[in-house]
Amino acid sequence: MSVAASSIDPAEVARFSAVADQWWDAHGKFAPLHKFNPIRLGLIREQALARFSRNGKKVRPFEGLRLLDIGCGGGLLCEPMTRLGFSVTGVDASERNIGVARVHAERGGLAIDYRASTAEALIEAAETPFDVVLNMEVIEHVADPAAYLADCSRLLAPGGLMIVATLNRTLRSLAFAKIGAEYVLGWLPKGAHDWRKFLTPDELIAMARGPGLSVDGPFGVSYDPLADRWSRSDDCGINYMIAVRREA
Amino acid sequence: MKPKSFDVVIAGGGLTGPTLAVALADAGLKVALADSEPIETRLAPNFDGRASAISAANWRQWRALGLIDRLQPDAQPIRDILVTDGPAPGASARTPLPVFLGFSSDSLGGDPDEPMGWMLENRHIRAALSAALVERKVKTFAPAAVRSATVDGPVARVILADGVALEAPLVVGADGRRSMVREAAGIATYGWNYDQCGVVATVSLEHDHEGVAHEYFLPGGPFAILPLTSQRASLVWSDQRDRARALVQASPEAFEAHLARRFGDALGRPRLDGNRMQFPLSLQMAETMIGVRTALVGDAAHAVHPIAGQGLNLGLKDVAALAEVIVEARRIGEDWGSDLVLERYARWRRFDAAALATATDLFTRLFSNDHPVLRLIRGAGLAAINRAGPAKRLFVREAAGLLGETPRLLRGETL
Repeated sequence: MSVAASSIDPAEVARFSAVADQWWDAHGKFAPLHKFNPIRLGLIREQALARFSRNGKKVRPFEGLRLLDIGCGGGLLCEPMTRLGFSVTGVDASERNIGVARVHAERGGLAIDYRASTAEALIEAAETPFDVVLNMEVIEHVADPAAYLADCSRLLAPGGLMIVATLNRTLRSLAFAKIGAEYVLGWLPKGAHDWRKFLTPDELIAMARGPGLSVDGPFGVSYDPLADRWSRSDDCGINYMIAVRREA
Repeated sequence: MKPKSFDVVIAGGGLTGPTLAVALADAGLKVALADSEPIETRLAPNFDGRASAISAANWRQWRALGLIDRLQPDAQPIRDILVTDGPAPGASARTPLPVFLGFSSDSLGGDPDEPMGWMLENRHIRAALSAALVERKVKTFAPAAVRSATVDGPVARVILADGVALEAPLVVGADGRRSMVREAAGIATYGWNYDQCGVVATVSLEHDHEGVAHEYFLPGGPFAILPLTSQRASLVWSDQRDRARALVQASPEAFEAHLARRFGDALGRPRLDGNRMQFPLSLQMAETMIGVRTALVGDAAHAVHPIAGQGLNLGLKDVAALAEVIVEARRIGEDWGSDLVLERYARWRRFDAAALATATDLFTRLFSNDHPVLRLIRGAGLAAINRAGPAKRLFVREAAGLLGETPRLLRGETL
């Protein structure tokens, strides 16, 4: 189900417009996320093309597939995924984030089903499972990652693909993500991360595996401070992603 | 009238606009090209009598876009560039200086047998581009000047002089130094005029040029002999405005006599072959290369010397970078007209444009002058460059690093 653009309450538009501008400002406080975004999008696209045997030459290769983005924020992943053909549902626990995401999608004329909700609530509501579940930079914030991952897997349809992105628990990630990004570069709010909650790739892969669930990866991404850009790498010491496949 | 919908609308049917249109169409985008001139006017042999020195990198781009088969028969490879300061012998360096041939850094990393560049008459370039646009079924609106360009949410809307409305997530201004797209986006420019004109003439030469381009720094100002096919050359120099006008209007005999008097042995006995033209020398830079759902390429963004294709090389590099940014963004589902995406283009091109403008300005001022002290500095400089070949190459490489990775098209790869 998609939200028709016109169904948005004008009061909501007024409330969230300014914040939406911040979310989507190339130079604003989410600038680091915007720089990081293309590399995530490229990896998701590549994994999904392979998983669903889709033709990458098409503009909308994922037509007919349903995608869920958990912790969707202002919609930085939902919007590109919609343009690539997915029917997208974005959930975020924050009403404010959902408001921002709705306002921005409406401006862009994109039909995206945004809900102020959580993975757990979707399961309780017996939501139809999704072909793709995006679980990007969320798991390091939850109290019980194993239980959370198990829940997310239940939202994955047979033959489906879940991408999990998170931060490794290494001294470098402590230096880079925690101290560097939060305190030195000011990219993230102070206290945004609890480094002790970070999972190593081995821990995450062990958690994600289960009956009918197999894992590819990890895939590393690294930041080049001189060029100020992210690229794919074999180095999983800071940020990395895994791909979880459910049997058909 | 209901707007016609495209992926990208390009204003400007010169040399950069159609190159971008071909690059984007090859990548599967639906492109509209609008030009103020009728197509036949642009293609008329006497519309543009200039010749351009195309850098090796931009030649690779055209090869990647499949244009070379058409261009090759009329293209003269530049095998060497000889730079000589004035009548004083000795200070001669086999090093390209960015006066008339601004592509020293582009030649790096190529095949050693690859020519340093190619000389082409613009009319041949126009014909090849026009045929490529037809082949790719790029929708061309001409003659149709851009009357207005506005942004409405997810699209830029362009209204043409005949009332036709086009819309796309992105409008590109490839419409020259008086760009309407730039004006509509509210992007200011800065710059200045030099009290000089570039004078261009095509001549037949007495002797075979063997593919060597010459640049002389003579008392009357810098002067270049750029080799063309069929033992012809494109002559380029700068002159005072009124003198330039007189030269262009003089009889062929008077013109040839002037050449012999002024450039002497450098030239042999040239015979005028075709048009003579003058172009005011000026420098004009847009304050930014991007606006809301707007990107500028070529002279719309930075107009440097309008001679010998120096500005064209810069513009074609803009095209390579912008095409790659757009195609990559579209591949991963991004809005290629958004600030987020256009910012990548602006960052990629910022250093190159500023560097060339600075170098052009510096060299114009330094070399268009016969002050003895400046002569001394020039001579010392050329001699130093002669000796310091490896050091200079290193410097150029370092500077190239500031440009970031080379766009794929400039490496001869398709998008």
